[in-house]
Amino acid sequence: MSSVSEPIIELRNISKRFSSTQDVVGRLATRLGLAKQPPVVHAVDEVSLRIMPGEVVGLVGESGCGKSTLGRIVAGILPASSGTVLYRGKDVAQLPTRERRRAKLKTQMIFQDPFASLNPRMRVSEIVGEAPRVHRVVSNDVEAYVSEQLHRAGLDPSYRRRFPHQFSGGQRQRIGIARALAVQPEFLVCDEAVAALDVSIQAQILNLLLDLREQLDLTYLFISHDLGVVQHLSDRVVIMYTGRVVEEAPSGEIFSRPNHPYTQGLLAEIPRLDLRKRRFSAIKGEIPSPLNPPSGCHFHPRCPHAMPRCSVERPVLREIAAGHRSACHLNDMDAAEPLPAGAAAGRA
Amino acid sequence: MTVTSVTDRNSPTLEVQDLKTHFFLKGGVLRAVDGVSFTVGRGKILGLVGESGSGKSITGFSIIGLIDPPGRITSGRILFRDRDLSKLSEKEMRQLRGNRIAMIFQDPMMTLNPVLRIDTQMVEAVLAHDKISKQEARARARDALGMVGIPSPEERLSAYPHQLSGGMRQRVAIAISMLHQPDLIIADEPTTALDVTIQAQILAEVQKLARDHGTALIWITHDLSVVAGLADEVAVMYAGRIVEQGNVDSVLDRSLHPYTHGLIGSVPSQNRARKRLVQIPGMTPNLLDLPPGCAFRSRCAHADMACEQDPPITTPEPNHALRCFHPQREYAA
Repeated sequence: MSSVSEPIIELRNISKRFSSTQDVVGRLATRLGLAKQPPVVHAVDEVSLRIMPGEVVGLVGESGCGKSTLGRIVAGILPASSGTVLYRGKDVAQLPTRERRRAKLKTQMIFQDPFASLNPRMRVSEIVGEAPRVHRVVSNDVEAYVSEQLHRAGLDPSYRRRFPHQFSGGQRQRIGIARALAVQPEFLVCDEAVAALDVSIQAQILNLLLDLREQLDLTYLFISHDLGVVQHLSDRVVIMYTGRVVEEAPSGEIFSRPNHPYTQGLLAEIPRLDLRKRRFSAIKGEIPSPLNPPSGCHFHPRCPHAMPRCSVERPVLREIAAGHRSACHLNDMDAAEPLPAGAAAGRA
Repeated sequence: MTVTSVTDRNSPTLEVQDLKTHFFLKGGVLRAVDGVSFTVGRGKILGLVGESGSGKSITGFSIIGLIDPPGRITSGRILFRDRDLSKLSEKEMRQLRGNRIAMIFQDPMMTLNPVLRIDTQMVEAVLAHDKISKQEARARARDALGMVGIPSPEERLSAYPHQLSGGMRQRVAIAISMLHQPDLIIADEPTTALDVTIQAQILAEVQKLARDHGTALIWITHDLSVVAGLADEVAVMYAGRIVEQGNVDSVLDRSLHPYTHGLIGSVPSQNRARKRLVQIPGMTPNLLDLPPGCAFRSRCAHADMACEQDPPITTPEPNHALRCFHPQREYAA
């Protein structure tokens, strides 16, 4: 890989807004000022992100922070409301149809729920074989190709004729992985791919993902709320909070020198095997509703360091060290002095 | 029962002796819990760890008396402050349940009724065991909500469950379990579905409860790292039996059972970043068709002829017991 390689995926100012669609009467009523505008959820708010080939990027956040929505936009399942997605330097939306289809095929997704993401009425051979057949990834012997894909995902190819309900959760997740890899993608979006699994099965799937990455030169966007898993897997970690990226850094850097107060609080709460009989004390307050997020910095109502400025002005995500970006006004105050880590975590 | 003597301060809150809960199915007898023994002292937290199907939840259900046919507690004693719960009538059990013993489920909607307001449900739970006025009951419900860190509890009381977020619902369920300041709470994976910061808030409340009120806790989970931070003692279950148990430090730092090694090794952690995780080969066995001897032997690297017999319980150090013929200091996959 050359040192000046271009990112495989680049997001520029991606936003996604959801709102309920109004009927004619509703629109008229709104226009005349008789009804309120329907509420708008800013699921993703101006997120920019570059992912280099071969990288594993962990995307971390709590429920409702927009991490899954962002993953779906990257995978091309959801259109963004504004902003551009570039695949190998080209704007996917501007590509001619055939090239766009090819670009989308190179990005595949693995879903959280191995029960909901497999069609219960299809046999495994159909689930895995349909896309490569339709997209002419393989032309003649589809059955042999499916067997090879199943084998690579750690499944016995003789299970080809079975239905999804005949498999355990871990095996089903393997089917999902085989299906995603069957169209020979370069980039995989894993949305909480191991969250629903038992620890020992989770370890098996994580190992499989790492092996496949080596064999097939894959790039991963790994979405998870489990910081332990992300730490294990990722080269780089991106932390989201209510639709915005609050911090982004190489994995080692973010876990040893978290900058944003939210990241610090989050890291302090990871349950760890080597910490015994600890006093748990969490970040105070609730995760805000994306329907009505706080003004300024979204984290200010829960932040132990909040200043008047935080409730007014949105902090910019800017570089504080090489490859380490954070969106916090505290970084403007005194660049020489890092945040007191203990104060943010508030641990006894 | 006969004389409710002043409970000995030193006697454990709960003592389970050789508990067996079997399910009599068409396909045979499923030994979900097969000879489990442990004690939980006042204000102590026991982490009951295992994977799906290990019998950890059924152990919890057996204690609180929620085993329905075809399941049955076939033998063993469940001594709760010196009364054997498995011998109590349904009426006696009802007086204890929700009052002296409470349970928190993984899914808070198993506790909450979706068509009743929070206050209706909480007041009912208070009045079920205490003869006080509705106003007093409501006040107590409000205080309980405040205790689990719910902001503006007075307003939340008149909400319906669907109006609350998942973490909030779970906290309401926990508040309900704490209404009568029970002596024992059985928590079945209560934070598994929650976010990290919400999980930490709940763990903090639970620790406070154990510390301040002397409530004993059984924390059922598959997450060893939560147990490490929370529990005093840990019991690792596999295929209906406890394979290793004891003090958290000795079990996690000096584990001896190959299965415990495997579980610890499969937890992703800092110092093993990007390396392969330890993988326990194979899958959990079918409980309907369990061969005699050690249930783990088909997945164990150290198994030999001896393992076809039931392994005896040994205690390599005080407060650390295990069931294995070949205790291992290091895990070899």
